[in-house]
Order: sequence, then C-alpha cells, then structure tokens
Amino acid sequence: MIANFGLDLERYWSALPPELPPDWPGGFWWHWLVFTIIIIAFVLGLVMGFIWLERRGMARMQARLGPNRVGPLGLLQPVADAIKVLLKEDIVPDKADKIVHWLAPVVAFAPVLMIFAVIPFQNGALLADLNIGILYVVAISSVSTLGIFMAGWASSNKYSLLAAMRDVAAVVSYEIPVVLALVGVVLLAGSLSLNEIVKAQQIPFILLQPLGFLLFFIGGSAEINRSPFDLLEADSELVAGFHTEFSGMKFAMFYLAEYAEALFLSAIIATLFLAGWRGPLLPPWLWFLIKIIGVFFVIIWIRTTVPRVRIDQLMALAWKFLFPLALINLIITAIQVLAWPEALPWAMIPVNIAIMATLVLLWSKLFKLGWGRVEV
Amino acid sequence: MKFEHYGIGIAKGLTVTIRHLFRHPVTVQHPEQRLNTSRRIRGNELVWSRDRCTGCATCAKTCPQGVIQIVTSVDLVGNKYEVAKYEVDTGYCISCGLCVESCPYGALFMGYAYERAKYRRNELVQGKEDMMLESGKKQPSGYFYPEIARELPRQTLLVERITEKA
Repeated sequence: MIANFGLDLERYWSALPPELPPDWPGGFWWHWLVFTIIIIAFVLGLVMGFIWLERRGMARMQARLGPNRVGPLGLLQPVADAIKVLLKEDIVPDKADKIVHWLAPVVAFAPVLMIFAVIPFQNGALLADLNIGILYVVAISSVSTLGIFMAGWASSNKYSLLAAMRDVAAVVSYEIPVVLALVGVVLLAGSLSLNEIVKAQQIPFILLQPLGFLLFFIGGSAEINRSPFDLLEADSELVAGFHTEFSGMKFAMFYLAEYAEALFLSAIIATLFLAGWRGPLLPPWLWFLIKIIGVFFVIIWIRTTVPRVRIDQLMALAWKFLFPLALINLIITAIQVLAWPEALPWAMIPVNIAIMATLVLLWSKLFKLGWGRVEV
Repeated sequence: MKFEHYGIGIAKGLTVTIRHLFRHPVTVQHPEQRLNTSRRIRGNELVWSRDRCTGCATCAKTCPQGVIQIVTSVDLVGNKYEVAKYEVDTGYCISCGLCVESCPYGALFMGYAYERAKYRRNELVQGKEDMMLESGKKQPSGYFYPEIARELPRQTLLVERITEKA
C-alpha cells in the first residue's frame, strides 16, 4: 500500500507538463510582447506582495501588527506608498553629478528585470530559453551593483560613497562562492539552461546539493544586500546608504530594485534547488509561485532574526568559509557525477547531507576572525 | 564544545522569531481599542463630592503646585461653610494625589479619565460642576479608596489577546 503510494507520488512528480513551443502564442513578436508584459506584471505585482509580506510578516515576528490601515489587512499599503513616493519632489544635491545621479536608478533596476527573461514559469514558458541561462543570470545580476556604485558616487555624500564601496566589496567577494555553488547544480543537470535544469530535477537539487544550497543562499543574500548582510544600507550607521540623496521616483526605483532582487534570488533558488515549476496536482506556475514565496519567507525570517554583521565578518565569511566550502562542494559533486553518470540515486541524499554537516562543523572550527578572536 | 559557533545560535534565534509569528501581537489600535487602565490610576482630573466637603481647604494647602482654589462663605442657618468656588487647574496638576490623601472627609478622588487634551490651557481648569461626584458623570478612580477600586473593571494586561480591527 505504502509502496504503491510512493510509486504514485513518484509518477506524479516525474510526469512533466507539456512543453510550450518556443514562440508560444505564435510568432516571434507576439511571444516577445506577451512575455514582456507577463514579466513586468509578475515583477511589479510580486514586489508589491513582497513589500506587504515583509512588513506584515516581520511585524508579526516582532509581536507588532504592521500596516493595517490601507485596505483590508493593509494590503493596499504598498500602493499607497508608491503613490506617495511618486508624487514627491525629486531633489538633486547641488554638488551631485547630475547625469550619473539621474542614470543610477535605471542602471540598478533594468538588469533585475532582464534576469527574468530566462526564468521558466512553466515548462518552456520563458521569454528566451538561452542555453547559457545561468551564465546570463550571473552576468546580468552583477550589473545592478554598478547602478548602486553610480548612485553612491554621484550623490557627493561620504556616507553614500561608503555604502556603495561596501556593496562593491561584498559583491566582488560573494560572486565567487555563489558561482561555484551554481556550478555544482550545472554539473548535476548537465545544462546551463534554466528550463533544462528544472527538467533534470527528478529529485530536487536541494536534497542532492544541500551544501551548495546553503552556500548559494548565504552568498545570494549577501549579494542582494539582504539582512544580515545589509551593510550598505546599515540604518544605524549610514542613514540609508547609497540612496540617502535620492527622493521621489528615483528612490522608488531603488526600492523596487531591492525587492526585485529579492524576488530574483527567490526565483533562482526555487528554480535551481526546489525543482522550479515541478510539483503534483497544482498547475506548474502556481507551484513556482508558492516556492518563490516560501523562499522569500525564509529570507524575511532570517532578516528578523540575525543581527547585521561587521564588514570584516562579511569578508571573512566569504573568503574563509564560503569559498573553500564551495570548492570542496564542487569537487565532491564532480566525483559523484563521474561515479553515477546517469542520475544520482536517492541513497546519495543522506550521504550528501552528512557531508554538509561534517564540512560545516569542521570549517566552523577552522573559521577564525581577527587573528583568532571569535568574540569582540 | 561550544555549539554556539556552529550555527546553533542562529537556529535558536530562528525558533524564537517563528514562535512570535504565531503569537498574538501586543499592539493596541488605540482609538478603536482601549485597554482598561489600572483601577488605581491617578488620572488627570479630580472628582469632588459636594455633600462630603466641609470647605476646610486642606486639599488646597497640601497641593504642592497650588492649583486648587477654594472660596467659602459662612452658612449661618446650616451652621457650616458653603463652598462658593472650587477650581482645579489640571494643566498644572502633577497627579501626585496628595490632596486626595489629605482630605479628612473623604470628599476628593482622583479621576479615572486620561484623555483630556485641549486646545487652550484655560480649558483645562475644572470647575465645581465639572468635577462633582453627585452629578454621576465622573468616575472616581480607586486611588486611596480600595472600596471603589474593588468595583472597577480589572486592568487589561498586554499578555491578554487584543484582536485587530478588521
């Protein structure tokens, strides 16, 4: 009975929904138009949802209520905020570099939107099924750092510049473990295309790559500057970091970019490690949405819990903890893939989790800050 | 072996926050929801009993701020003082409660109200009619009078569930 149920579950899981043709509604331009609209609506809608979810969820975790005045359960709060911020005066500092100041929010926001071109919402439902999908994601996602640095530089404000410098330092360091963690997934899937990776996940890769997931999650959070790595926004030290001198629409763009980046990280994690649109019974896009929201909830949860790290802790974590572990993870994954070239068996799951636990424990022992002082 | 260095500390913190998510919030939506105040609250008004007051002016003498003004006239027929004027400038009152404690006849009470913001300072001056116990409009607080306190509703505590306005 139970064995039968397991088999049924496996059949449900492995049955793929029909793949959409690459020019789905028919014709190149229709495809382009439909998916551009879908992506923009998806990003803007979910970003509003995320802002609401974060403010309400975080409030409840702090035994508060959060915004509850605008609309039922405060659902219209992001809309009210957006209207408020759009109607505000756009102030440019006197000594600012006017052109760069104007350009920075665009450079920060546009790439985040571009990333969603390669994320599959359903089997084959994506704007461009690039065969170098992950490379594209990694490359484009670093561009928004440029926007942040431009913002810090153009503001002619020392705190903004400090924040922007911190961001560049963090992104340069965290890019390496993040990419190395992604390579493990690519080795397992045998493809760089995100849709192919989802199709390859007979077992969600979070089970086969627990260490890779951990590294990617930590590194990704640092790269999108989420708490506890939100050094560049450090409310208590740098006012609001790089966007101190931005108001009105420009500030709205940065705010949007910040949450769109969180959305992109959740979407990438859902796609690469949680089997993307795959799942039984519910329609694939709904599964994808549920997974994205689940991942984002964990991000909020961590934000409410963990205090901000120092800059030296940030760097040490990247170079002394994540980087070596990512290399080891890559080697172990390569060996496993060589040993079982067809597909990794279910038996590998406990082995990989054990490997992760051992390595994390071992490396925590070796992890030293400030010449061996763990506490300040 | 200190496990705090292996991520256990973070895991503990995560359980704390997730438990708070399923706990009720402590925020009070003030104009719609009100907490019952302490039964012995020293609110910022006074309640005065016309029947019990003899016009001895002990309260006025005790008041460290000197905000109680009392004017009496002699009532020869009734053989007592008639209180002609009894005024408290609650804008200067420091809610110390000394007047209430000092009253030899139990004629003065602290008020139960606390939302008495006004636009003008002189609107805060309480006249005799405004603070009369016998008018039945003013609820005296249980401060210094345990028998009144016993009748009042219990104070709401923040650990009790306060539901959100829809």
